[in-house]
Amino acid sequence: MLLKTFPRGGSDIPQRKEATKNKAIAVCPAPKRAVISVNQHIGTPCEPVVDVGDSVKIGQKIGESAAYISAPIHASVSGEVVGIEDYTVLDGTKARCIVIENDGLEQLYAGESSDYTKMSPQQIVLVIKDAGIVGMGGAGFPTHVKLSPAKPVDTVIINGAECEPYLTCDHRLMVQQPAAIIDGLKAMMKALGAKRGIIGIENNKPDAVKIMKNMADISADISVVPLKVKYPQGAEKQLIKAVLEREVPSGCLPAEVGCIVSNVHTAVSVTEAINQGIGLYQRVLTVSGSLIHDPRNVLVRIGTPIKQVIDFCGGMIKPPPVVIAGGPMTGKPIVDLSAPVVKCLSGILVLREDEIDFERNDPCIRCARCVDSCPIGLQPNFLADLCEKGLIETAEDYHIMDCIECGLCSFICPAYRGLCNSIKKGKTALKMKKSVG
Amino acid sequence: MEGSRLVISLSPHIRDKDTTQKIMFTVVLALIPVWAAATYFFGFNSIRLVLLSSITAVAAEAVIMVIRRQPVTAVLDGSALVTGMLLGLSLPPSLPSWMAVLGAVVAIVVGKQVFGGLGSNPFNPALVGRAFLVASFSKAMTTWTAPFTDTVTAATPLINQNAVSYSELFFGTTAGSLGETSALAILLGGIFLFYRGVLDYRIPVGFLGSAAVLMFLFGEDPIFHLLSGSLLLGAVFMATDMVTTPITPKGRWIFGIGCGVILVLIRLWGSLPEGLTYSILLMNAATPLINRWTRPRIFGQGVKTHE
Repeated sequence: MLLKTFPRGGSDIPQRKEATKNKAIAVCPAPKRAVISVNQHIGTPCEPVVDVGDSVKIGQKIGESAAYISAPIHASVSGEVVGIEDYTVLDGTKARCIVIENDGLEQLYAGESSDYTKMSPQQIVLVIKDAGIVGMGGAGFPTHVKLSPAKPVDTVIINGAECEPYLTCDHRLMVQQPAAIIDGLKAMMKALGAKRGIIGIENNKPDAVKIMKNMADISADISVVPLKVKYPQGAEKQLIKAVLEREVPSGCLPAEVGCIVSNVHTAVSVTEAINQGIGLYQRVLTVSGSLIHDPRNVLVRIGTPIKQVIDFCGGMIKPPPVVIAGGPMTGKPIVDLSAPVVKCLSGILVLREDEIDFERNDPCIRCARCVDSCPIGLQPNFLADLCEKGLIETAEDYHIMDCIECGLCSFICPAYRGLCNSIKKGKTALKMKKSVG
Repeated sequence: MEGSRLVISLSPHIRDKDTTQKIMFTVVLALIPVWAAATYFFGFNSIRLVLLSSITAVAAEAVIMVIRRQPVTAVLDGSALVTGMLLGLSLPPSLPSWMAVLGAVVAIVVGKQVFGGLGSNPFNPALVGRAFLVASFSKAMTTWTAPFTDTVTAATPLINQNAVSYSELFFGTTAGSLGETSALAILLGGIFLFYRGVLDYRIPVGFLGSAAVLMFLFGEDPIFHLLSGSLLLGAVFMATDMVTTPITPKGRWIFGIGCGVILVLIRLWGSLPEGLTYSILLMNAATPLINRWTRPRIFGQGVKTHE
């Protein structure tokens, strides 16, 4: 059978998932101190709703915002709030964090356990909002906003592509918690009044495809679609095109074509939130890379220092390493290992410096590999050149804002040019210019 | 953290292992069978001209890099070597050495470096060098020797059409420029380039296809025209130069077909027996325009919303 995929561009990239794909999720001990950032999502940061000295329980709300596009945050350990202060977060900047001293009692907040089949669509959205659930594939967009679209949605797509090299946390969730994924999907379908659910999985995870298919067979309205292994298969619009043959118009959200896309882990978290009635306080992430002693998938409390997660995986073999938050294609460098785990962190990679292919910016030989592989149909070499010259209005005419920042142009470039980074800078400059007017 | 230093890298942190240097040396490798065939048929002249042209091209590039205060190590990218080899292989076997040297200097300096070096030149440098030599020394550039001799002058098949068979043209036992006579060697190199992902099939297929169809329509023997002269060498190795050809898939078709049309016009009605050099150079000039006209459709542009 010919596997489905998106039609334009894309490329094979290394997988490097062997080290962790068959390893069951291990539970990382709770941190002595949980450091919980007020800004773990796209949108307005939270305001703390607890004070220093308050005692809190696991899953208890400790911060929220009145803004619509925001997501509350919750305690991930039980204990005492010992500080509300600026802390270095993953990208090296300072952010306000609520620090909780773990009392070791592991007391769960008394939430109201429920069942999505007995809830109204509005109730489901409200529970998801209260639980602070965001897109856990990396984007961090608040899920309750996605579940309140401006247009009718007939299909909910679960993104099980996991097309980034190394990462296997979604893979393990599909193998180990398929029922929770199906329940989360059904809850979201109910919230949206959607008739159909689709789970798209890259075909390098045949065990996950099989297990999810067996699970999905229970209900006729959910199907599993194995996908060709091609980066960036997990990009939202590329996934929709692959599984539904619908093309999201430029500049629009997926709801424009009657669907939403949600990550595998997000679906699991939706189920947990509904069943336990408490906030999102932990997640599964992949810790891998050649400098990790014991690469594995770990269930980690939000707010655990990166260092502790790495130590749980046997520590690093020999510094100085390159530590990456997320996958190697789009992940950002981690500059401080005391930074805490956040909701949308899907992986921690620790690589040797000589494994990293740094930008060299040799002359462009117009080989056009970036043009051929761009999933959007852009001319990345040309766009990057315009951005470097500051010609961002011309770049806009050439559809720079349609770039999904998958990084494939830089990956494929034989001159090792920083195409994607130049384009990102140009996009930022263009947005700044527009917001100034 | 324990005094350890973290190294910062920007995404993507990993890249494809193919580099500019690897691409250039892949082309060099692909030219080896062509050079070997040339040496088999034309002996020492093949070694002499290709070596001189290559060494001069690399040396000229190095000198210019020094003048431009750029790292001389840039010559290791192999691009000047490719230019030198291609120019050398496009020369008639009996050409005086100093002309080959001059041609290589012009190819690198005028054809490439005055525009800013690798990636910035609008025209194929080897063909600029060749065009210069044809214009300056037209007699020497159109005097060919028969294979396995180095004194007997002979007409190329394009001038003396009935004298050769298809098999002679295919294996290369005809008069002509060093690298152009053996279709077999060129095809071997081309297949290797295609297999290694360095050659986009659209340009050679468009070029050879349009030339064959037009020749047939004008009552000529298309197979003879495909196999004779420098068409095959040019379509596989020169019209596919990445720097000077379109970056869009549709653009590459237009480029290839355009080359074929111009080549046929020159071969049939021009005053030159061969039109390869100018067909490619003219289409090189059109490349920026072709790129502009053939921009790929942007994902999500011009689609209707659902329902």
